[in-house]
Amino acid sequence: MIDEIGHFALILALGVAALQSVVPLIGAARNDAALTGWARPAALTQFLFVAISFFALMHAYAVSDFSLANVAANSSSLKPMLYKLTGVWSNHEGSMLLWVFILALFGAAVALFGRNLPPGLRARVLAVQGMIGVGFLVFILFTSNPFLRLFPAPADGAGLNPLLQDRGLAFHPPFLYLGYVGFSISFCFAIAALIEGRVDPAWARWVRPWTLAAWCALTTGIAMGSWWSYYTLGWGGWWFWDPVENASFMPWLVGTALLHSAIVVEKRDALKTWTILLAILTFSLSLVGTFLVRSGILTSVHAFASDPRRGVFILVLLALYTGGALLLFAWRAPQMRGGGLFAPISREGGLLLNNLLLTTAAATVFLGTLYPLFLDVVAHRRVSVGPPFYDRTFVPIMVPLLIAMAVGPMLPWKRGDFGAALGRLKLAFALTAAAALVTLVATSAKSVGAACGLALAAWLLAATATELAERVRFLSEPWRAVLRRAWRLPRAAWGMTLAHAGMAVVIAGITGSTAWTQKKTIAARPGHSYDIAGYTLAFDRIGEVRGPDFTETRADLRLMRDGSQLAVLHPYKRFYRVEDGAATGVAIRTNLFADVYAVLDIPPPAHGASAPAKGDGSYILRLYYNPLVPWIWLGAACMALGGLISLTDRRHRVGAPVRRVRPVAPPVQAAAE
Amino acid sequence: MTARRLAYLLPTGLFLLLLAGFLLGLGRNREVLPSPLIDKPAPNFALPPLHDGQSGFSSADLKGHASVVNTFASWCAPCREENPALMALARAKRVPVYGIDYKDNPKTAAAWLAELGNPYTRIGADDGRVGIEWGVYGVPETFVTDPEGRIRYKHVGVLTEADVERTILPLVTRLEQ
Repeated sequence: MIDEIGHFALILALGVAALQSVVPLIGAARNDAALTGWARPAALTQFLFVAISFFALMHAYAVSDFSLANVAANSSSLKPMLYKLTGVWSNHEGSMLLWVFILALFGAAVALFGRNLPPGLRARVLAVQGMIGVGFLVFILFTSNPFLRLFPAPADGAGLNPLLQDRGLAFHPPFLYLGYVGFSISFCFAIAALIEGRVDPAWARWVRPWTLAAWCALTTGIAMGSWWSYYTLGWGGWWFWDPVENASFMPWLVGTALLHSAIVVEKRDALKTWTILLAILTFSLSLVGTFLVRSGILTSVHAFASDPRRGVFILVLLALYTGGALLLFAWRAPQMRGGGLFAPISREGGLLLNNLLLTTAAATVFLGTLYPLFLDVVAHRRVSVGPPFYDRTFVPIMVPLLIAMAVGPMLPWKRGDFGAALGRLKLAFALTAAAALVTLVATSAKSVGAACGLALAAWLLAATATELAERVRFLSEPWRAVLRRAWRLPRAAWGMTLAHAGMAVVIAGITGSTAWTQKKTIAARPGHSYDIAGYTLAFDRIGEVRGPDFTETRADLRLMRDGSQLAVLHPYKRFYRVEDGAATGVAIRTNLFADVYAVLDIPPPAHGASAPAKGDGSYILRLYYNPLVPWIWLGAACMALGGLISLTDRRHRVGAPVRRVRPVAPPVQAAAE
Repeated sequence: MTARRLAYLLPTGLFLLLLAGFLLGLGRNREVLPSPLIDKPAPNFALPPLHDGQSGFSSADLKGHASVVNTFASWCAPCREENPALMALARAKRVPVYGIDYKDNPKTAAAWLAELGNPYTRIGADDGRVGIEWGVYGVPETFVTDPEGRIRYKHVGVLTEADVERTILPLVTRLEQ
């Protein structure tokens, strides 16, 4: 019964979305308040229906209703409740429902919190949002309906892929989708602006918080995915340049560019059409990502069960939304007048450089991801593009970006003095040189690459700190005044400082893990000890543990340093009976500077035989020492937190009335606001 | 002015190229991995049987008639799925179906075949080495060889009854003419 309600609610949501995408547009074109007024209630109603549908599916998973084909294929009655619930988005149909749920959530949020938007703009934004909803609701209902019944209902389900039975799956996809789908709001604002033919600083101020929110979620989602692959796959790595990782990374890169170019529109009324284009591209890349993952067009560890019909359907949606948006852009954007002029060396110049480098980086990743596909189409050859490609192309683009990222915030708007900015960074130069020197000396000049990486991180961190110190007049005024200044500093400034510092920490983490990871593969026997990177691991015993639907072989490894015990590590391998699959449990001990990482490799049990050990009683144990790897996620968390803090800035708070004219804005703009 | 307009059309143009690429990419069947072994003689091999006393499977069995060679394993879930198609192929009695039991436990494999039905004329137990020579990426994979013992077709993944009807049997007929 509840399943039928969910199914029916989804159909009603489609009807409402159809109204939402047409009526407010007509209203806005005719300046008819009665019709534009449809936008808000329609968005809220659409959200209500999609939410009913989503929670109906979740209910079906919670009570293990195997008469739904989707539940039967992806859950089993033996699952713990958490994995029953996260099973909802572990599969294509359910995750598409999550996709439209989040889309409708953002639509409802604009309807609720967008009270300060001019009614015409809000109506158009919500109408475009409705159009996206229509496309994806039709997609779900006709090709990927999770509410289809199975008759007769099986006694139990087929279970959930063991790799996905992890707490990380509860959060990674929802955050990723909040990011992907959140960029749809920036897209809708861009389309609405193109329809109205007007982009001004006010528009940028409205679109920024939505972009920022999506960016924070995407940053978190990507970092969680990377962390998840680090501790569940057991390969010791945290990023594999897999097509699906790239699919989430490309919108992040362009979204980051968008975040920065929107600042220029807001403060200086410049880079307008460029910002519009970025908003279109960011969401389009999210759509491309959806297409790549769902169509099975690329081979990837993430691929959902592929179905060419679905691929064609998403391709049609991509053609309609992105194609339509780009045509509208080609038609309307040339008529937009550029605003403030600026010299190449200026804050705007710095942000423009940031944009060029970020979009070039995204283009590189795009090329690497799609090259195998296009080569196959054009030359019928199969190749795969791996890390060496990205090391040689992506990294060289990031280096100037990071160098410039340190200087940019030091430059004033309109026209800056490069020499003066560098002069203020003397201390940062010294710290950078020191970081490089110390690294070289400590590694006896072996790790030149690592020295460069750490120098870059030090440069960015020191310059970011310098910029903050100057703002609060650190050391040049009494500490009371400094604290007062720090307190009064706009939250957006704190957000930037934190995000840039987080980036520096990420760079240090990447450098450490690339340069100094140690790895050992051992045929280990219980009772023996093994050394890695100054640590000793005593392999005490190995035994079997039975879980509700799995058998776990787990080892006890005492981690010791200089004779004292630090921890007991329990790497394990689980074999799931229902799914006939395995999951690896990596044991990680971190001190926030480095991880000791242990993996137990056991082949699947030959049915009946129960000795996982090799003939001589040994087990394959892989040990890793991963220096600075925790910093990658600490840094990413710092970046997301920076975004969040910036989001609480009064200027970005959606719905908050503008209290005062911002002193930073040049007089012309201030008058216009 | 027109140059400016054209510049704004550039993203649309690039996007159309991308769409075309995607569309062509979707049309390409990814199941067909171009095997470098197509039209080459099948490797020389002699595989032992699952049980002592039975006959194994070797390259000599491929001579004189078209053959279907299927790699399978009892630990492979898709193999279970394609078993009915292979059974149908065996019932058609048009072509011998040979099995390479890939990296498997002979006892479990025998129990598995007893449960599902055994479509194979002959089965060879392979510890993985012969599979590599056939260019096997993973099980199941199905090959069709011609009367001279050359590999003429490779199917990756689950074989359906439709594949048998539309591809395998017509190909066998053509190869034997």
